[in-house]
Amino acid sequence: MLIRDAADLTENDVTPKGLYLRRREFIAGAALGLGLPALAEAAPLPGRKSVYSTPEKPTPREDITTYNNYYEFGVDKDDPARNAGSLKTRPWTVVVEGECAKPGTYDIDTLLRLAPPEERIYRHRCVEGWSMIIPWVGFPLSTLLSRVGPTSKAKYVAFETLYRPAEMPGQRRAVLEWPYREGLRIDEAMNPLTLLATGLYGETLPNQNGAPIRLVVPWKYGFKSIKSIVRIKLQATQPRTAWNVSAPGEYGFYSNVNPEVDHPRWSQATERRIGEFKRRPTVMFNGYARQVAPMYAGMDLRKYY
Amino acid sequence: MGRTWLERLNYVLVLLLCLAPAAWLVWRTVQGDLGANPIETLIRQLGVWGLRLLIAGLCITPLARIFKKPRFIRFRRPVGLFAFGYILTHLSTYIGIDQYFDWHAIWKDIVKRPYITIGMLGFTLLLPLALTSFNAAIRKIGPKTWRRIHSLIYLIVPLGVTHYYLLVKADHRPPLIYGAIVALLLGWRVAAKWWPVAARAPRPSVQP
Repeated sequence: MLIRDAADLTENDVTPKGLYLRRREFIAGAALGLGLPALAEAAPLPGRKSVYSTPEKPTPREDITTYNNYYEFGVDKDDPARNAGSLKTRPWTVVVEGECAKPGTYDIDTLLRLAPPEERIYRHRCVEGWSMIIPWVGFPLSTLLSRVGPTSKAKYVAFETLYRPAEMPGQRRAVLEWPYREGLRIDEAMNPLTLLATGLYGETLPNQNGAPIRLVVPWKYGFKSIKSIVRIKLQATQPRTAWNVSAPGEYGFYSNVNPEVDHPRWSQATERRIGEFKRRPTVMFNGYARQVAPMYAGMDLRKYY
Repeated sequence: MGRTWLERLNYVLVLLLCLAPAAWLVWRTVQGDLGANPIETLIRQLGVWGLRLLIAGLCITPLARIFKKPRFIRFRRPVGLFAFGYILTHLSTYIGIDQYFDWHAIWKDIVKRPYITIGMLGFTLLLPLALTSFNAAIRKIGPKTWRRIHSLIYLIVPLGVTHYYLLVKADHRPPLIYGAIVALLLGWRVAAKWWPVAARAPRPSVQP
């Protein structure tokens, strides 16, 4: 498979000027649209093409939006699609705080205008042994982090999901520690692959997929990609993460996709791509080794699973 | 006691009830209504129904004794055989469809993953019960041996619940509910030994 990064780009990869200008119109249109009161239905959110996208065929939207692990809405795969309608995604703010020069509270509509939306078609590998190809729309997390200016003490980034049991029925039972928490090392957070997704299939995110804004870290198991984010904190210490608290021997802080290191209860050597019959071999770092392996050079990935 | 038409009707109803989840799964498969991951749904549903029927089978003797309906006992064989059928299909789906006969991977699973080890152990122990659930087999081995073989069920059902408990990621409530029901049913059997009312109730016979 061909996974390119900026260094591989040639003249042929430059977007033609006509398309580029049309994209600007698109963004202007999208920005206008965002001024309107929020609607429950998905709104168009086109994104420009990205060199980080995989050429693989995306999983049907129907499967991506009905087969979800989002325990805030229930533990079964079809629970989120059924129950997430109750979540109100406006008004919505994201607090960015901790070890940074310019902490602040961002309104979601400000965040949506922070950077031009990009379409990133990523492989998504769940720790349970299934995978999808998902056409996300969003912008790099590094765009936001650079804006707030991390200090030299910012070694990690901690994320929190909304805690609102009235709209998230799964939170009424302590299946996991609420609110859901996740975290990344600062270099992982600044990696150009790491995405803040606000859309799917050219439209704003459905609630069951983590609306209005979620993390996507494609070389890690899906549970690292925290949904419906309300807090981002830069800090010196490794953050507490929901699944690690639930079962520390099974879900590590790093949780990089790794066919060599099995989950204690099941093998990670293969995966079932949703829509396919036979299992396929799982690839190191979910096929993103070129972009991310150097971050883990010299680390024992069996120890730091 | 002669076989009345009502008894025959009851028997057919029990068979139909045992068959209903399978029919429902076949229908959903044909309709393409098993969700985004149909193989996982099939395996999970077949396993859950196998366990439910095993537990239903464990309910029959206490119900027969408590309600003084010795003829209930004849339902144990079809319910037990249907449970075996669901579990056999559950295992076959894992081997033949999920793992696509990758014997190397399957063997690694059996030795490395406690929930699969326990599931396979439970299935292996279930085999002698299924093989001696025919009149000819019972006649050949005699009721005493039959009883001894079939008391393995008191080990098999807890193994099934453990298999379920160990594969759940975070919400352990469903397997714990099954576990509590099984504990109640096994506890009743211990208590019945000293419980005069139960002891006076007619003892079930081996033959249906």
